[in-house]
Amino acid sequence: MGSTERKAFDNPVIEWVDSRLPIFTMMQREYGVFPTPKNFNYFWNFGAIAMVMLVTMILTGILLAMHYNPSAAGAFDSVERIMRDVKHGWMLRYLHANGASFFFIAVYIHIFRGLYYGSYKKPRELLWMLGVTILLLMMATAFMGYVLPWGQMSFWGATVITNLFSAIPLVGDSIVTLLWGGFSVDNPTLNRFFALHYLLPFVIIAVVFLHVWALHVTGSNNPLGIDVKGPQDTLPFHPYYTMKDTFGILIFLIVYAAFVFFMPNALGHPDNYIPANPLVTPAHIVPEWYFLPFYAILRAITFDLNIYLAGAGAIAVVMVHQYCWVKTPDQRIASKIKPIIAVAVLLAIPGSLLAFFKDVSMLKPVIDLIPFQSLSLMPAKLGGVLAMFGSIAVLFLLPFIDNHPVRSARFRPWFRTSVYVLLAVFVVLGVCGSKPAEGFWVPLAQITTLYYFGFFLAILPWLNNNETVQRVPGSIHEAVMSMPKSVLVALLAIGLVAFAPTQAFAKADKEAAPVEHTKAATADEEKVVTPAEGQEGSGEESTAESEHSAPAEAGEEQAAAAGGGHHAPELPKQDWHFKGAFGSYDRAALQRGFQVYKQVCAACHGMKRVAYRNLSALGYTEDQIKSVAAEYTYIDGPDEEGEMFERPGKPSDHFKSPYLNDNQAKASNNGALPPDLSLIVKARVGGPDYVYGILTGYEAAPAGTELAAGQHWNKYMAGNKIAMSAPLLEGAVAYEDGSPTTVDQYAHDVTQFLAWASEPELEERKQTGIKVIIFLAVFAFLMYRVKKKIWEKAH
Amino acid sequence: MSIENPAPDHGAHEDEGRRDFLFLTAAAFGAVGAGSVAWPFIDQMNPAADTVALSTTEVDLTPIESGQAITVMWQGKPVFIRRRTPEEINSAETTDVSALRDPQTDESRVKKPEWLVLVGICTHLGCVPQGQKSTDVKGEYGGWFCPCHGSHYDTSGRIRKGPAPKNLAVPKYEFLADTKILIG
Repeated sequence: MGSTERKAFDNPVIEWVDSRLPIFTMMQREYGVFPTPKNFNYFWNFGAIAMVMLVTMILTGILLAMHYNPSAAGAFDSVERIMRDVKHGWMLRYLHANGASFFFIAVYIHIFRGLYYGSYKKPRELLWMLGVTILLLMMATAFMGYVLPWGQMSFWGATVITNLFSAIPLVGDSIVTLLWGGFSVDNPTLNRFFALHYLLPFVIIAVVFLHVWALHVTGSNNPLGIDVKGPQDTLPFHPYYTMKDTFGILIFLIVYAAFVFFMPNALGHPDNYIPANPLVTPAHIVPEWYFLPFYAILRAITFDLNIYLAGAGAIAVVMVHQYCWVKTPDQRIASKIKPIIAVAVLLAIPGSLLAFFKDVSMLKPVIDLIPFQSLSLMPAKLGGVLAMFGSIAVLFLLPFIDNHPVRSARFRPWFRTSVYVLLAVFVVLGVCGSKPAEGFWVPLAQITTLYYFGFFLAILPWLNNNETVQRVPGSIHEAVMSMPKSVLVALLAIGLVAFAPTQAFAKADKEAAPVEHTKAATADEEKVVTPAEGQEGSGEESTAESEHSAPAEAGEEQAAAAGGGHHAPELPKQDWHFKGAFGSYDRAALQRGFQVYKQVCAACHGMKRVAYRNLSALGYTEDQIKSVAAEYTYIDGPDEEGEMFERPGKPSDHFKSPYLNDNQAKASNNGALPPDLSLIVKARVGGPDYVYGILTGYEAAPAGTELAAGQHWNKYMAGNKIAMSAPLLEGAVAYEDGSPTTVDQYAHDVTQFLAWASEPELEERKQTGIKVIIFLAVFAFLMYRVKKKIWEKAH
Repeated sequence: MSIENPAPDHGAHEDEGRRDFLFLTAAAFGAVGAGSVAWPFIDQMNPAADTVALSTTEVDLTPIESGQAITVMWQGKPVFIRRRTPEEINSAETTDVSALRDPQTDESRVKKPEWLVLVGICTHLGCVPQGQKSTDVKGEYGGWFCPCHGSHYDTSGRIRKGPAPKNLAVPKYEFLADTKILIG
């Protein structure tokens, strides 16, 4: 960076600075006139897009940290305060939460671009490795960030991931204790995760700087994968690529904004709106979607490494080395290939019987015959952890594995096919990771894992020796003149940006639907819905099925898994006034719903995150709110004499809970804890449809069903048994506006009220979203015109 | 990357104008966009809705004897409530207003002469002045004395000596009853 010859700037201030610190010269050289291959397609936008996302994450993150409280007691509440009370807090949090996802989308596409066009090859090996380092740092940062809201998924994600380290032989448990700062994930863990979550992004910035520096030493690769031959092959970075990147960034931001403003929870999990409870694990825990492929690899290793498998594996390693890595296999091995394969097969049969078919009862007599069954060289747990970390490690090694002279997959048909398969495998692994580790998903994950490693460790070395070198174009200039095809590639890239997230999470229009739910969408629907409904078991009614929910002491809405084997019928979709991009709450329905809540639900359920002052959103006047608040008595104090005293409620008070504490609530309800309803619609799969379903799903138990005392039968409850008796009775609440006083009407109204309580920001969010998207769309159109205008000169 | 656009040679002048307009519009959009993002990012630092909602405090005055003072919390700040003696009231009322640094009559600073309600924060740099407890130094004018930089306030809370520029502020308050006030 200290170049000797420097061109003077006209502006005296710039010149004064630049002659002392040539930062303007540097910017000019690296981002102004920097010679850039002129044949980039839109895949080359994703580096800049990732940079924009990194900056977005750091900015919104710093602002959130101004309001966040990193303590086990205060974290969840402070996040809810950000959502409800902090000015624009909901926007900051949704930008940050969805920003993580979109940062990963950008980075995954960026990585795939590098893989496809051979950008990792000489001389860009170090550039690639710095990039993989960034990916690793991002994963650590994202994981710790997900812990911070201190919901159920945060807590149990932290527990599961930190427990990975317990697989390390001898010192594993000590390492885990060290990470926790205690004997379980708790306040010290949260504190240090917050500290590190704040630190690591700045480390990422430092590595990004090195990454970009390395890029500017070698120059960019390009879709042809051939070196720049001279000035006719390049264009100055500015304005050609600055404008093209800006256009690409805007398109990307439109998709991002669509998620932030219209389906902000589509990529998250409803369980994370239930406060952390160390005593109850959610029935189905999965990491965030961007970790799913690696999570699937972790879980694919379900077997110990027995001696037979190890033997067969060792032979396989030698064979892969001889037939893939080495150009011509050793004569001694080649001549004995048949007996060697025979031995391998002989070992592989008992090996895989033990590893994969141990539970098949038909094969049991055969398996029992195998000697030395209990000898294990590596437990499954360690194997899984090694495989998961190995899946990143191979990325580091990639530049040294693949030394085929042609870079771009465009001129390597065999490589191209294998890369496409790898992409498919990565997606399939992601789907596997989102499913319960059982049945068909396990072998599928195992086969795809095998391909993942096979691609790097067998296919690539084999292609080095066997894929013929095609004729590549002589220069970029020549190729561009003869190949208008890049327009097609560009369209493809745009399609990918716009389509990738929407396709993967197709049914994401349900605001509360979790990733796995939408991804699954088809056959597996009930499987995914069931666990969360299981929570409802204790959730809605805290399960009198006591064997499941027994320990819910600390938590409010926690649940245990509910009755097994049952498949709840699909929830009928209700036509909610607040659905859709233009949806809003119906004030009259909200007021009626509040009436139902107050007269029925509030007898057992609290709603502590809503304050009386918030009722102004329902259309109540200040005086009406004051009188509602004054109906309740609050204990305040201590006064001058040190005594606690009673006073009437004020608008700033939060809704009064019917019970003094959870234990009293449980004691009064047959041992079942009625959950707080502030977040119930966001914290359940199915959202408002689910709440409505439970409220209206009561039926007489079918013949032959045994119901314990205090249990009721509800068709939408997992396991069908629910402790709450049918809460809504026809005519129980007298409406003043002449609306029908039916159970159906009550259920609709109160559900809408509960939806408002969960998402009071919904209307402001959607209205802002419409403005943002229109603005971005017009801006993107303008930038497209600008870009076109500028690129005219290049042709 | 479209190649169907031939480089325009004719009508270059008009085209240039249109191009400049396009570039300027795009730049304006960028500026507006940056501004619209900056606003919520800055505004989030303002008091949140729950903080604003807590901005009133009710105080029962019955336990305060003449000559005594209490300190209550309002919006995170101390509020001084002093039940003044007739002498203190007299001295506050007879002070020559025109000689004051921040001229205010005592009448304009109280709702009932007996009760003086003040934000207990020195107008110099925000310390809490002494003078609430009977054992405190009350300064040369019998009101309050700020130990940080030596400001003296009189029995109406007006600045008399020292670096503070203004009188102690009077918060918004109202009497709900004879012995009950609502601050804020």
